[in-house]
Amino acid sequence: MGGKTLTAKERMAIPRAKMPEQNPAARAANFEEVPFGLTAEQAMLEAQRCISCRNMPCVAGCPVGVHIPEFIALVAEGKFAEAAREIKETNVLPAVCGRVCPQEIQCEEACTLWKRFGGVSIGALERFVADYERNNNLVKIPKKDSSTGKKVAVIGSGPSGLTVAGDLVLKGHEVTVYEALHEAGGVLIYGIPEFRLPKEIVKAEVGYMESLGVKFVMNVVVGLTMTIDELFDELGYDAVYIGVGAGLPRFMRIDGEDMNGVFSANEYLTRSNLMKGYLFPEYDSPLPPGRRVCVVGGGNVAMDSARTAKRLGADVTIVYRRAREQLPARSAEVHHAEEEGIEFKLLSNPVRLFGENGRVTGMECIRMELGEPDDSGRRRPIPIEGAFFKIECDQVIMAIGSGANPVLTKTMKDLELNRWGYIEVDENNRTSMPMVWAGGDIVTGAATVILAMGAGRIAANSMHAELMGLPQPGTEES
Amino acid sequence: MKGTIVINEQVVPNVRRLVLEAPAIARHAKPGQFVILIPDAEGERIPFTLSDWDASEGTITIFYLEAGVSTMKLSRLKPGEAVYTLVGPLGKPTEIEKVGTVLLGGGCYGLGGIYPLARAFKEQGNKVIALLEARTSYLIYNEDKIGEEADEVIIATADGSRGVRGHVWEAIKILEERGEKIDHAHFVGCTYMMMTSSRATEPAGIPTIVSLNSLMVDGTGMCGCCRVLVGGETKFACVDGPDFNGHLVDWDNVFARAGAYVGEENLAYQFHQSRADGAIKDDGCKNCGKEAI
Repeated sequence: MGGKTLTAKERMAIPRAKMPEQNPAARAANFEEVPFGLTAEQAMLEAQRCISCRNMPCVAGCPVGVHIPEFIALVAEGKFAEAAREIKETNVLPAVCGRVCPQEIQCEEACTLWKRFGGVSIGALERFVADYERNNNLVKIPKKDSSTGKKVAVIGSGPSGLTVAGDLVLKGHEVTVYEALHEAGGVLIYGIPEFRLPKEIVKAEVGYMESLGVKFVMNVVVGLTMTIDELFDELGYDAVYIGVGAGLPRFMRIDGEDMNGVFSANEYLTRSNLMKGYLFPEYDSPLPPGRRVCVVGGGNVAMDSARTAKRLGADVTIVYRRAREQLPARSAEVHHAEEEGIEFKLLSNPVRLFGENGRVTGMECIRMELGEPDDSGRRRPIPIEGAFFKIECDQVIMAIGSGANPVLTKTMKDLELNRWGYIEVDENNRTSMPMVWAGGDIVTGAATVILAMGAGRIAANSMHAELMGLPQPGTEES
Repeated sequence: MKGTIVINEQVVPNVRRLVLEAPAIARHAKPGQFVILIPDAEGERIPFTLSDWDASEGTITIFYLEAGVSTMKLSRLKPGEAVYTLVGPLGKPTEIEKVGTVLLGGGCYGLGGIYPLARAFKEQGNKVIALLEARTSYLIYNEDKIGEEADEVIIATADGSRGVRGHVWEAIKILEERGEKIDHAHFVGCTYMMMTSSRATEPAGIPTIVSLNSLMVDGTGMCGCCRVLVGGETKFACVDGPDFNGHLVDWDNVFARAGAYVGEENLAYQFHQSRADGAIKDDGCKNCGKEAI
């Protein structure tokens, strides 16, 4: 342990670290990352806040069980690259998770210090060590198990697919990832904006996976460019993991949604993030700046869309049918959006879009009030009779969730789906087809990066056991 | 390598034939499907109808008009060079059945696009009549190839320099007048041609399919950019289509959405051409008769 050992009381007296950020006015006009990250000194000080409690609730709060106290202890000693490697034992994407995980409802909320002092800033520390390791070229290739001779195909290069690929390649399997788009990373590339997750970082993480030996093949839509049967029968894969994401945008089915100026959040964000539409005309894909933009929805995707529109110069209003407490977005994203001057029209629901010459010019909404809790446990929004009002706008972005994209699943006759089209899996993420596993949004519906990674981890353990003839995880001997 | 250019040649003024190496696409392609490609690293994802493929050679063929930034970039690529990315085959294949007499109408890039349909409908034992339209005689291409498959090829030119004077819909009238019983029609070309041709087959109740050419981004149903109204329902051209019932398509909506980015397309073209006379103006189309919007 470097330096003197602090008492628990001394540790708790250290103020919680906060990452410095671009000021709201400046950042609302650029696409650069909002927080700057901790300095080494800040990180070491923050790490000392960890009281190394025995029951480690933070680890239980993490969907992939990162060795949090161990990595924080290494940070406290100034062993940053070692700390990053400690995280990578269980999480292949620390630079990503440090930025986009909802720590405030996972590890940090579980932290013993949470209630009285604010939890240890685990996310900020994770981000710091991952950036430190990458920026100082200290990334090391961990030792791989000897080759098993087994071949695994991963369909989809998003967070769950990358987790499966990373886990299995280290266990000695030969892994190929097939991606439908022209860049690897899935939602990390097309969905999450540059100002929240710089694409250089995603590329570096994918590059790291390649250095582990994972092969990436872009521009393959499995189901169309090749079939699942070909993967097994012709290309000789022993196992397949499906992590294709939800990928079917929902619309509200209200009048006027087919007009120009109305986007799904998927389209809007893909134009901006993957196609670099915010750099038009240097990049060819247009993303015309709106003057007044309404974003419908209250999740992270709604916040990302709103903040992107803001950066393109629009006045932005988020229209959400429930109240503030029910906003599903990370609290940090809501806070950032508010700081940047995004307006919130809560307890409001669009009923109709109107326009001229096929182009949207406004939205009619109805005021809502909260009734009894619904299936999700949240109080159900109920329209207030006759309480209509109009908002003028020239763009509308629908960020109300995604359904199950059937492009792959409809080509797999023996694959059991639930009534919404998501893939049915068991506790080890095995599907109804032999040697086919699935996880992430195509199983659960739209969720978070880290939950998709957790699902990938479960599948990877099960796949490894099956490929090696070992008992499945959760059975008596394992 | 996938996406490498084998041939990129002008076949008639402003229309080019592009043959690309794409073994996996060539092996899985079916009539009515399309590919999406990006010409260079800064480029846009653009859909193109598959006009032919050769599984043994591992190549695919598309025809394109040089009409904007992407196709301008595409036209400058030489054999041996590669497009930035290429993915496919995308979309639902056309339903090919034996129905009797099939009328295939093509204009612009559709003279390429109807060839695989002609081949497939013929293989199923249909009588195939192909209608090829262009502004003038020297803009007709792909005629010989289509002629190998079709039982009859009818040419329509707007200036009357060859064949029927007029357009596809006028040629349809002539077929009806001579008493030809048409059991099924399928049109591939610009929106205006597909709309007017669909209207021509509607009174006689001829089942009519059009292959829509909506703007797309991912092309796999993920973004909804290509949504169209068909029979009052929103459909995605990339995964529910591109084939739709021509009598149920909301054509006003298709036209409006096709023009969503005309201003940006113009700006981008000027940006790339860096000269005033390179601007795209919507002067209407002399080829098919579409008026300026």
